[in-house]
Amino acid sequence: MSAAEEVITKAPAVEAVPKRGMTLGLGASLVMLAALIIGPLFLKNFIIFQMTMLLIYGLAVLALNILTGGSGQFSLGQSAFYAVGAYTSAILMEHAGVNYALTLPVAGLICFGFGFAFGQPALRLSGIYLALATFALAVAMPQLLKLGFFEHWTGGVQGLVVTKPDPPFGLTMSQDMWLYYFTLAISLGIYIASVNLLRSRSGRAFMAIRDNEIAASAMGVDVALYKTLAFGVSAGVTGVAGGLGAIAVQFVAPDSYTVTLAISLFVGMVIGGVGWLPGSIVGSAFIIFVPNIAEHISKGLSGAVFGVLLFLAIFLVPHGARQVAIVAEQLVRKLKK
Amino acid sequence: MELFTNQVLAGIATGAIYACMALAVVMIYQAIDHLNFAQGEMAMFSTFISWQLMQWGVPYWWAFPITLIISFAGGIAIERLLFKPLAKAPVLTNVAGFIALFAIVNSVAGLIWDFTIKQYPTPFGTSPFLGSQLISTHQAGMIGVTLVLLIALYFFFQFTRIGLAMRAAAALPESARLVGINTSWMIALGWGMASAIGAIAGILIAPVVFLEPNMMGGVLVYGFAAAVLGGLSSPLGAVIGGFLVGVFENLAGTYIPGIGNELKLPIALALIITVLVVKPAGLLGRPIVKRV
Amino acid sequence: MTAMLNVKDLRAYYGQVQALHGLSFALDEGSLTTLLGANGAGKTTTLRAICNMVRSTGAIEFEGKPLTGRSTENIVRLGIAHVPQGRGTFTTMTVEENLQLGAISRNDRKNVVADIERMYEHFPVLKERHTQQAGTLSGGEQQMLAVARALMLRPRLMLLDEPSFGLAPLIVRELFKILGKINREDKVTILVVEQNAQLALELADQAYVIETGRIVMSGDAKDIATNEDVRKSYLGY
Ligand SMILES: Nc1ncnc2c1ncn2[C@@H]1O[C@H](COP(=O)(O)OP(=O)(O)OP(=O)(O)O)[C@@H](O)[C@H]1O
Ligand SMILES: [Mg+2]
Repeated sequence: MSAAEEVITKAPAVEAVPKRGMTLGLGASLVMLAALIIGPLFLKNFIIFQMTMLLIYGLAVLALNILTGGSGQFSLGQSAFYAVGAYTSAILMEHAGVNYALTLPVAGLICFGFGFAFGQPALRLSGIYLALATFALAVAMPQLLKLGFFEHWTGGVQGLVVTKPDPPFGLTMSQDMWLYYFTLAISLGIYIASVNLLRSRSGRAFMAIRDNEIAASAMGVDVALYKTLAFGVSAGVTGVAGGLGAIAVQFVAPDSYTVTLAISLFVGMVIGGVGWLPGSIVGSAFIIFVPNIAEHISKGLSGAVFGVLLFLAIFLVPHGARQVAIVAEQLVRKLKK
Repeated sequence: MELFTNQVLAGIATGAIYACMALAVVMIYQAIDHLNFAQGEMAMFSTFISWQLMQWGVPYWWAFPITLIISFAGGIAIERLLFKPLAKAPVLTNVAGFIALFAIVNSVAGLIWDFTIKQYPTPFGTSPFLGSQLISTHQAGMIGVTLVLLIALYFFFQFTRIGLAMRAAAALPESARLVGINTSWMIALGWGMASAIGAIAGILIAPVVFLEPNMMGGVLVYGFAAAVLGGLSSPLGAVIGGFLVGVFENLAGTYIPGIGNELKLPIALALIITVLVVKPAGLLGRPIVKRV
Repeated sequence: MTAMLNVKDLRAYYGQVQALHGLSFALDEGSLTTLLGANGAGKTTTLRAICNMVRSTGAIEFEGKPLTGRSTENIVRLGIAHVPQGRGTFTTMTVEENLQLGAISRNDRKNVVADIERMYEHFPVLKERHTQQAGTLSGGEQQMLAVARALMLRPRLMLLDEPSFGLAPLIVRELFKILGKINREDKVTILVVEQNAQLALELADQAYVIETGRIVMSGDAKDIATNEDVRKSYLGY
């Protein structure tokens, strides 16, 4: 009963995704974008708020996807980075009076540093051990945020209330709608940057590590650097998502960022398809709406309904939305012929 | 000195809980090569089954073995129904499966038995053990049961044919098939055993933490910490790890200034991360050879 | 004599890649047959296909029973022992546990102890090291352990994939002598894949030569050994 031989023969944790397979075709991208831009004009404020959250969680799932799908490292601890981002924005806005938009790059940078630092010890871990270490981080985070020592800044158990920003330049739209478009713009920017990152030299290095670490290092890839970098980038993007989340929800508190959030983000990635960036939004939709649907189906059993739906999803499409997209693409091609 | 000894004793008492859970964690890790995040919930469910049996008037010493048998069968059923189909799916998909199982078990238990906490009986009594206020007869009994379980497992794996076959199937499935071992059933058996051990853990823990659907949340994290500390490939290591985590947690709470109750958990987690980084194989685990 | 193992039109696939293109051959009961061919010819694949360890089509019959659709462990339980390429040693277990595992699917538990003693007679080094972790044995010792483990099944048919790999020439001769003895005295039918064609042909009665997944030559081992052309074009010595 040893790990030795198993590890030798085991397949890589993440199946290789062809590089082209990580994005969406141009046509599909434009249709998606148009829907995201026009959609809110016809929707109620509450639904617009939910779409904002859809984008924000989509960003957080995307960040995890860069880490796992890109460089093959697990994380069950993304909620910790999300929390740090959220608190950074909240504290800067409420204690230092910094403009909300300016808090986001700061949140991103601080989380990048945090992730990069965490990536150092994580270097020595792989697979299930890394999952555990990150899981531990996520479990510990709410406790740390509650510490009396930071209470003056964090508001302790009570948390902090965040002011909702008004639309700038005298635009006449609701705060919710403005926040939606603001989030959409940032999400698009990060999505495009991520796609380019994975197509760049660094992205190729990530993927070489994901597919075979030893071979990658033999090819001259600085494995340690790129693995920690992947952690940093992923944490940074998660931090921005966290900052946006704080602004959208107008509130930060330790118990909003428990390990449940980390697990949700993980589920979102699996549902969206590991390594397929556009799937992030599908995964995000799953983790936002499926619990609601479950609640509708049965109040007392909502957890069970959620579990059953999750099982159904992984049984029917073990590779997530990516698998659905591939089948759809083949169908479209057949129809065209 | 008196304080120190007392804190160590108290640590060993709580450590017994973690040791028990860690043993179940290691058991299933050996059989299926995954950490089952739903393990604590399965243990909780088993404990509720035994509680229900006792509510129906079944005596403790009957409810106990019946629950073990039901848990064993339940573990096998869960593997056959839900996880065997995922055997060839990516690791991440399996982890998602554990999360789904967690949600289902927790929610169903809440529906059947609701979320109010319930008293759970102990056969060992709760008087002070050997005159010490810090360790009760129940906790002493718990330590005893954990040790007996550990020895029984050792004999099972070392000296029985089926134990040998299970070890072979876990170490090298392909070679195991080539000597005629049905590796798929060995995995199911591993699930069954882990589920039964989890049931024992739950039944022993319930008198201390009280019975309710979320009773295992914290315990499982400590169980993971203990298993990692001792080495995921070593049942003995897991038990030692459990006691160490318990003692460490208590001593840190007493001697390091500024660590109140709220920092106990982060301390345990920092311990996981430190051990993982310094010695990933754990205190007694075998080193892991990297895949080429 | 009736054929013990009958293979008809065997095709094997790794994903989309076809590795065997319709092999047919038969092994007589009690025979010792060698399967020769260059690297990548499909020798290992042939043995794996017999044990259903690779996706394949075609018909394989063992003592009149079709093997199609049976799992690897069921095929082994019929009495087919397979010493895989790379030995498949349980490195973290002791030498003795490895031997016990070889017999784990047998029902006559009483005889297992005696059989382990017999293996120690065949391979005295294993007795010396019986409590040692198998992973700490030398390559040659591990190879002996692999053969001994397979024999513990009391097989009717034994498939060996390059048993001489990594062994010193003297040890190889010793090993082959033992295989010959097992074949004659215990009436175990043997199919052995070998790189060392010369030695294998000395030992075997029958030989098949395969190339890129097809049989290109078959016949008496002696005839093939003495055939200049075959030697030069396929066996390279
Ligand atoms: N797991 C695999 N995946 C894909 N192709 C494979 C796999 N294993 C073998 N092959 C291919 O099948 C063909 C036959 O391989 P096989 O291992 O049977 O050769 P062999 O005759 O045993 O060679 P050697 O003497 O080197 O052991 C080769 O072309 C090889 O590349
Ligand atoms: Mg070969």
